[in-house]
Amino acid sequence: MTTIDTHATDVVGSSTTEALSGIVGWITTTDHKRVGRMFIGGGLLALAGVSVVGVLLGIDRASTSKNLIDVNALPQLFSIYRVGLIFIVLLPILVGLAVAVVPLQLGARSLAFPRLAASGFWTWMVGAVLVIGSIAANGGPGGGDRRMVAGYLVAQTVVLLGLLAAAVCVATSVMTTRAPGMNMRRVPPFSFSALVGAIGVIIGVPVLVGALLYSYVDYRYGGSGFGQSKDIFSHIGFGFSQPLTFVFAVPAFGIAAEAIAVATRKRLPMRGVMFTGFGLVGLGALGAVVQVPAGLRRDIVHVSFGTALNDIVPYVLINLLPVLGGLIVLGVGALALAAARPRVTPALVFGLLGSLLVFGGLLGNAVYLIGDAQLGGTVFEEGVRLLVAYGAVLAGLGGIAHWAPKLWGRAIAVKAVLPLALLGFLGAVLAAVPYLVAGFAKQPGDSTTFDYGGPEQLWNIAAAVGHLLMLLTVLAFVGLAMKSFGGRSTPATASGDDPWDAQTLEWATSSPAPFANFAEIHTIASAEPLLDLKEAAGRNV
Amino acid sequence: MLAIHAGPEPAPRRQLFVGTAIACAGMVTLVGGMLATWLRLREQALDSGVSWVPKKVVISMVPANVMLLAFIPICVFAQWAVYAARRDDRPNTALAIGLTALMGLAVINAQAFMFAQLKMPVTGGAYNSMFYAVTITFVVLVIVGVGFSAITAFRYLGGRESDREIVTAHALYWYSLSAVFCALWFVVYVTK
Repeated sequence: MTTIDTHATDVVGSSTTEALSGIVGWITTTDHKRVGRMFIGGGLLALAGVSVVGVLLGIDRASTSKNLIDVNALPQLFSIYRVGLIFIVLLPILVGLAVAVVPLQLGARSLAFPRLAASGFWTWMVGAVLVIGSIAANGGPGGGDRRMVAGYLVAQTVVLLGLLAAAVCVATSVMTTRAPGMNMRRVPPFSFSALVGAIGVIIGVPVLVGALLYSYVDYRYGGSGFGQSKDIFSHIGFGFSQPLTFVFAVPAFGIAAEAIAVATRKRLPMRGVMFTGFGLVGLGALGAVVQVPAGLRRDIVHVSFGTALNDIVPYVLINLLPVLGGLIVLGVGALALAAARPRVTPALVFGLLGSLLVFGGLLGNAVYLIGDAQLGGTVFEEGVRLLVAYGAVLAGLGGIAHWAPKLWGRAIAVKAVLPLALLGFLGAVLAAVPYLVAGFAKQPGDSTTFDYGGPEQLWNIAAAVGHLLMLLTVLAFVGLAMKSFGGRSTPATASGDDPWDAQTLEWATSSPAPFANFAEIHTIASAEPLLDLKEAAGRNV
Repeated sequence: MLAIHAGPEPAPRRQLFVGTAIACAGMVTLVGGMLATWLRLREQALDSGVSWVPKKVVISMVPANVMLLAFIPICVFAQWAVYAARRDDRPNTALAIGLTALMGLAVINAQAFMFAQLKMPVTGGAYNSMFYAVTITFVVLVIVGVGFSAITAFRYLGGRESDREIVTAHALYWYSLSAVFCALWFVVYVTK
C-alpha cells in the first residue's frame, strides 16, 4: 500500500495553546505544502489589491473632466500596479503551487532544501510588505521621497531573492528527487513546466537584481549616473515586462497540459514535443539576459538585408519562438482533447482559458515589437502584460482547485468554481483587450490623460470593469477555497485520495498528503503510473 | 485504492551539488548582467566623447592582480579538499578548507585595500556608482564563499564524514566565483 495514515487525531488542550502552537507551526514549518500554500495565499491577497488599483486607474483614465486621483499619486499607483502584478501576484502564486505540488508529483518525500524554501517565503513576504510600504510612502519609480525610493530598490531586491530561493528549490527537486524510474521524459507536465520556469527565473531574475543594485547605489548617492527616480523604470523595467514575464507564465501551460491528461483519462500524446513547447516559451528569459533591443525597426523593408537581419534574428529568437512554443503546447492539447471525450474539470477550464490568454499575450508582444505598428510607450504593452499575468493567474487558480484535495484534504466545490473561470476569463479579456485597441490610438501607457476624440472612454471603462470582474473572481475563489479549507466536509467538497481519476503519483497518497508525502518510495515504469495500474485492473481500457 | 509497488530507496542524486550548481548559474548571470550593463554604459560614454573613467581616478592594478592570483590557490585548495575528503583524510581536508577560506579573506582584504587607496567618492557619475556596486557585490559573494567554507568545515569535520558532497559543492562554488572574478577583472580593471 502506498499511503500512510495521516488523518489528524484529536488533540486535547486549551484553545490558546492550540492556536499558539498552530501559529508557531506555520511560521517554522518546513513542510513544502504549507510553504506553497503561504506563497499562494500571499499572492491571492495581493491580487485582490492589484485589481483594485487596476479599477482605480481605469476609472481615472475614463474620466474626461478632471483626474479623480491626485496627479502626484499616479506614479505610485502605476508602480504598485506594475510591480505588484508580476512579483507580488503572478510569480508567488505559480511558484507556491510548484513548491506545494512538484515533490508530490515526483514521488519525493520532501522538497529539496525545504528550509531554504521556507526562508524564501518569509524573505519574499517581508520584501513585498516593504515594497508596498515604500511605494505608498511616495517611493518607488517616479516617487518624490529619496529615502523611500532607495528603500523601494532594496525591498524589490529582497522580494527577488525570496523568489530566487524558492525557484532554486523547485529546480533542484525536479533534477534530484524523482522517484526511481522517473526519467526526465516521465516527469509530469506541470513539474516539467515548473522546472523550465524555475530555471528561467534563476537565469533572468539575477540580471534584474544587478540592475536594481546599480540603481540603488547610484540613486542613494546622488543619482548622477542612472538619473532621478522617474528614470529608474527605464533601467529595471525589463524585469516587469515581456518577454521575461513569459518565463514566469510557463507553468500555466503545464497546468493546462496536466488538466487535459486528467480530463481525457488518456496518456498525453507527444509529451516530448509538448515539453519542447514549454522550453520555447521559456526562451523569453533570453530577453533579460542578452539585454538587446529585440524589436523590428520602422521601415525595415527598406533597409539593407544585413541591417534587417540584425533586428530579425533577436526578434525571432526572443519573441517569436515563445509564440511557437505556446502554439505547440496548445496544438498538442487540442489534439488530445479532440481524440477523447474530456470531462469538464475546474483545472481544464481554468487552465485552457488561462493558457489561451497567455498565448494572446505572446502574440501581442510579437506585434508590439514591430516598429511600423508604432506601439512603443502606449497602453498596448500594459494590455499584453495583463493578458500574460491574468492568464497565468487564472491557470494558477485552476491548479489550486485541482490539487486542493492534496493540499488541505477537501476539494473546492466544482459547480461553484466553474463559473468563476468564465468570469475571470471575461474579466481578463475586458481588462486587457481595450488597452490593445487603445494602443493603436496611441493612448500613453504611463499617464491617465488622453484626448483621442474617439470611444476612449468606453475602452477605459471596459478595462476598469474587467479589473472589477477579476477582483470578484479572486474574492469568490478565495471564499470557496476558505469554505473548503475551514468548513465541514460536504458532498460537494469531500474528496477521496484520487478524486479526478488521475494518472500521476501525487494521487497515490492520501488526501491531504502527509508531512512526508509517501510512506514508501515508488518505482515507476511510465509517465502515468496510476493509469498503468488502472489499465492493469481492467478499468479505462 | 490502487497500490503502486514500493521500490528500494533511490540512490542519492547529489542534491546539494546540483543545488549549488543552479545557484552558481544565478550568480554568473547576476555578475554577467552587471558587467554587460557596465560595458553598455561605457560604450555610450565613449561614443559621446566623454571619458568613462573620471579624471584623477587611478585604479592600481596591484590589488586587482593580487585578487586574481589569489583565486589560483583558492581553486587548488578547494580541489585539494575534495581529493582529501574522498580518501577520508580529515586533517588534510580541514587544512585545505581552512586555507580556501583564508585566501577568501585575503581577497576581501585586497578589495578593501583598493577601496581605501582609491579614495573615489560614490557620487560623481555612472562610473563611480557602478564600480562600487559591482565590486561590493563581488565582495558579498566572497563573504558567502567564506561562510560556505565554514559550514563545510563544521559539517564535514563535525562528524558527518560521509557527507563528502558538500566538499564538492564547496569547490564548485569557488570555481564559479573564480570564473566570475576573471570576467570582472578583465572588464572592470583591464579594459576599464
